[in-house]
Amino acid sequence: MSNKDWPLWEVFIRSKSGLAHKHVGSLHAADAKMAVENARDVYTRRMEGVSIWVVKSADIVASSPADKDFMFDPANDKVYRHPTFYEIPPEVGHM
Amino acid sequence: MAKDQKKLEYVLRIADNALILGQRLSEWCGHGPVLEEDIALSNISLDYFGQASHLLKYAAEIEEAGNDEDHLAFHRDDTEFRNLLMVELPNGDYAFTIARQFFFSVWYQLFLEGLLKSQDEFLRGFAEKSLKEVKYHVQHASDWVIRMGDGTEESRRRIIQAFADLADFIPECFTTDELDLYAIQHGWGPDASHLKESWQKNVAAVCTEAGLEMPAEGWGQRGGKIGKHTEYLGFILAEMQYLQRAHPGAKW
Repeated sequence: MSNKDWPLWEVFIRSKSGLAHKHVGSLHAADAKMAVENARDVYTRRMEGVSIWVVKSADIVASSPADKDFMFDPANDKVYRHPTFYEIPPEVGHM
Repeated sequence: MAKDQKKLEYVLRIADNALILGQRLSEWCGHGPVLEEDIALSNISLDYFGQASHLLKYAAEIEEAGNDEDHLAFHRDDTEFRNLLMVELPNGDYAFTIARQFFFSVWYQLFLEGLLKSQDEFLRGFAEKSLKEVKYHVQHASDWVIRMGDGTEESRRRIIQAFADLADFIPECFTTDELDLYAIQHGWGPDASHLKESWQKNVAAVCTEAGLEMPAEGWGQRGGKIGKHTEYLGFILAEMQYLQRAHPGAKW
């Protein structure tokens, strides 16, 4: 049996309740059930998580690195999109 | 002789299953069919070592000979081991390893569930902690039995062969000798002969899904529980005990 027969899966782990699932890596598995079990064995053996998501790598739609300049660079000089750009009147207190 | 020799023997029977099967599974480390399975089996192996360590520590307390768990693991000879014969058999191919994991884990889970009602506080706690691990072992093995039985022609042929090769080693799990009866009377643990029905039911459910026949009723190789082992155990111990025998008390 060879890995080339098994699709690649991306693994997301939630480290504790309340936090979001975070990408931790990938693995090979024949189907979704095996992917979850393999993820349990490969990525949570040191108590890293309380919940696992797996998704076929092929199902992930990603932005292209070649588009980096027009996708992300324009945000560079838009400091006013950060809440910290604005002065908060003292009456408002902490937000 | 320990003050409570019977209790000592009884605990060793549980501990040695975990220790020897853990050692066997560790042989797959670096040799698994795929990386993910390699890690899965190593995890399971470490679960067994953890269980063995707890139990042997308890056994050493019962023995009252000033030994610790390492001494019991590394300085006993083969005739002093009390594990079932099944767990000392060579790993064979992956189908054999999985089939053994399946038959043993289904039995072990039922045994531990019985041990939850033990009059012995330590064994009760041990059962509670270990059950979580063993439930996963059952699931892991069951999934693979189904995949192999319902997989390719080759995987099916191999798992059927593994079932046949293991059949003679299954009945020993359900035997009860004098010591077991003593243990049952004193509420230490469950009557293994009563586990057979549930075992057959659980195994049959997986076999149905896998499209496999139940393992045949073998005539029953036995002896492990009284220290009469196959020729394989000596080789396991030679490898497992070598370092502590050559350098007693070595630490690193």
